Amino acid sequence: MLEIKNLHVAVDGKEILKGLSLTIEAGQVHAIMGPNGSGKSTLSYVLAGRDGYEITEGRILFRGEDLAAMKTEERAAKGIFLAMQYPVEIPGVTTLTFLKTALNAQRRARGESDLDAMSVLKLVRKKAAALKVSEEMLKRALNVGFSGGEKKRLEILQMELFEPKLAILDETDSGLDIDALKLVAEGVNAMRTPERAMLVITHYQRLLDYIVPDRIHVLARGRIVAEGGKELAHELEAKGYEHIVGKAA
Amino acid sequence: MSSAARETKKQVAEIGEKYKYGFVTDIEMERAAKGLSEDTVRYISAKKGEPDWMLEWRLGAFARWRQMREPDWARVHYPKIDYQDAYYYAAPKSTPQKQSLDEVDPKLLETYNKLGIPLHEQMALAGVAVDAVFDSVSVATTFKEKLNEAGVIFCPISEAIRTHPELVRKYLGSVVPVTDNFFATLNSAVFSDGSFVYIPKGVRCPMELSTYFRINASETGQFERTLIIADEGSYVSYLEGCTAPKRDENQLHAAVVELVALEGAEIKYSTVQNWYPGDENGTGGIYNFVTKRGDCRGDRSKISWTQVETGSAITWKYPSCILRGDDTVGEFYSIAIANNFQQADTGTKMIHLGKNTRSRIISKGISAGKAQNTYRGLVSVHPKAANARNYTQCDSLLIGGKCGAHTVPYIESRNPTARVEHEATTSKIAEDQLFYCLQRGIPQEEAVALIVNGFCKEVLQQLPMEFAVEAQKLVGISLEGSVG
Repeated sequence: MLEIKNLHVAVDGKEILKGLSLTIEAGQVHAIMGPNGSGKSTLSYVLAGRDGYEITEGRILFRGEDLAAMKTEERAAKGIFLAMQYPVEIPGVTTLTFLKTALNAQRRARGESDLDAMSVLKLVRKKAAALKVSEEMLKRALNVGFSGGEKKRLEILQMELFEPKLAILDETDSGLDIDALKLVAEGVNAMRTPERAMLVITHYQRLLDYIVPDRIHVLARGRIVAEGGKELAHELEAKGYEHIVGKAA
Repeated sequence: MSSAARETKKQVAEIGEKYKYGFVTDIEMERAAKGLSEDTVRYISAKKGEPDWMLEWRLGAFARWRQMREPDWARVHYPKIDYQDAYYYAAPKSTPQKQSLDEVDPKLLETYNKLGIPLHEQMALAGVAVDAVFDSVSVATTFKEKLNEAGVIFCPISEAIRTHPELVRKYLGSVVPVTDNFFATLNSAVFSDGSFVYIPKGVRCPMELSTYFRINASETGQFERTLIIADEGSYVSYLEGCTAPKRDENQLHAAVVELVALEGAEIKYSTVQNWYPGDENGTGGIYNFVTKRGDCRGDRSKISWTQVETGSAITWKYPSCILRGDDTVGEFYSIAIANNFQQADTGTKMIHLGKNTRSRIISKGISAGKAQNTYRGLVSVHPKAANARNYTQCDSLLIGGKCGAHTVPYIESRNPTARVEHEATTSKIAEDQLFYCLQRGIPQEEAVALIVNGFCKEVLQQLPMEFAVEAQKLVGISLEGSVG
């Protein structure tokens, strides 16, 4: 599904990722853990194709295609979804309008026909109830005045709506209380299928109690410094990043 | 939905590609000689078969205009206009008044079809009557019968001058005096045609009235004159939409619109203006100097202006309300978009004269490219206007780093009980907003249109349904190429 080889990425001329390699197969959930400033968000942005994140060396293959050659919106239409750490507010654009616009843009890019407003609403309603996203929320402007939990739930709703091939969750647990965390995790777990890959980026082990990964990678100073199964998260929690990062250095 | 409605929707959708109104219809034109003199004024008046009083009115305006100077206080820059180097009257040769669409030159109808406003479909669509102005002469007026039944008069003003002289004489120039300003006075001297509307007492106009203006002849200034009178307790909603073909020479446009609302009457006037803005290098485009004013003459009357200004190289336009009667209401909802080298200086004047008068101003200015966008507004509360209320909100959105937004509010309050509020914001389309949209699969230009439409929402909501869809499309089209 995703194959990253010796990836170097610079932002404003400063190298953030320094030779990162990572492979995720379809059906797997991988977690990236790491201290602040290790390059976790940079990795998520470069996968999504954000402006200003320059690949200086190495390459990324997504389902065998070179990701660098694809525009941001093409990647979305081809199945890359990034649940963002800080979902953005767009005043005056109702959430439902945004969902419809995005869904139809992706469909069009894939050569499928547009869905009308009623069909989109039906689709959204089906997913919304489980995530406790209310009708009233769908009528409000996108993320405007939403609580932290509401914003994250809406990100998961979008993930379910767009049915991506590769879902990247960037610090989805930040700002969530335990109930909201469970709700979000249930949503994510329901999306685990043999065809879909997920990359969960988090600072804390807590989220990984609910979304149990197949593999954990520890990122520090722009490189993967340790890898292991789900038990690695507990080791990190018990001994701290310094222990593992220090050992690798 | 009827097939006609579907067809129109499809055509509106096709507008969403590019500014494709750059074509010229090849119809033989009849012109006055170039330049402006008393003879030109007489020629126009004679062509229209006007009565003497109308000619005298025009000549009076012309004499006055000769002593006036072009205003220079607006934040717009353009080469000096040579008023002697333009034509002041052009009419398609073969078009006197038509009784039905079948009599209309098929080429004209084709032009409208290219614009996406087919008259045949318009008739079926949502009961909109269309008084289509092609250059200077009205060529087709539809739905006349239905309006007749309600006693509504909706016709070219040139016709009203002949058929309803008592109304025209009473109200023409009563809101915008002949001497009002340089461009209005010029219009008074040489106006060619426009619309006339009269809604009788207590009548709610049974349909939205709509006029599509279009400039076609090269080097022809267009001087429409519109007069709308809503008699006591009546209601009318009037829609005005514009597009113009692509040209290199700058074209002058100086329209005058006068609205009169008598006791308890309400007029809603909506405009979508999409004239040729000039190319990416600032060559060509329409110079749009418009005087629009409404007079809430009777108590409890209301006038509401809504405008979506996306076109023209220069926009100089301040639709205003004189709140003369007690308990009257004036509203101004505006979206002004300036891209590339466009210059917009637009806003409103709310003149509070009566007691308990209320006004509301919502202005959304969007600047992109190297454009300059200015909101200029006046809220004036006179000594007798006890308990006057005004709320003004001016929001500016900048796209890119080479454009400008300016807000120039004037507030004069001479009554201690008045309350005037002004709020203003300036923002940019943030990179993170764009990235968020792109990540969700929305291409850049669609994302910009979406964000800008969100920014303009409060104003778009004021537009009648028929216009809202087209206006949203226009917002997107006019900002194409503004990012990245």
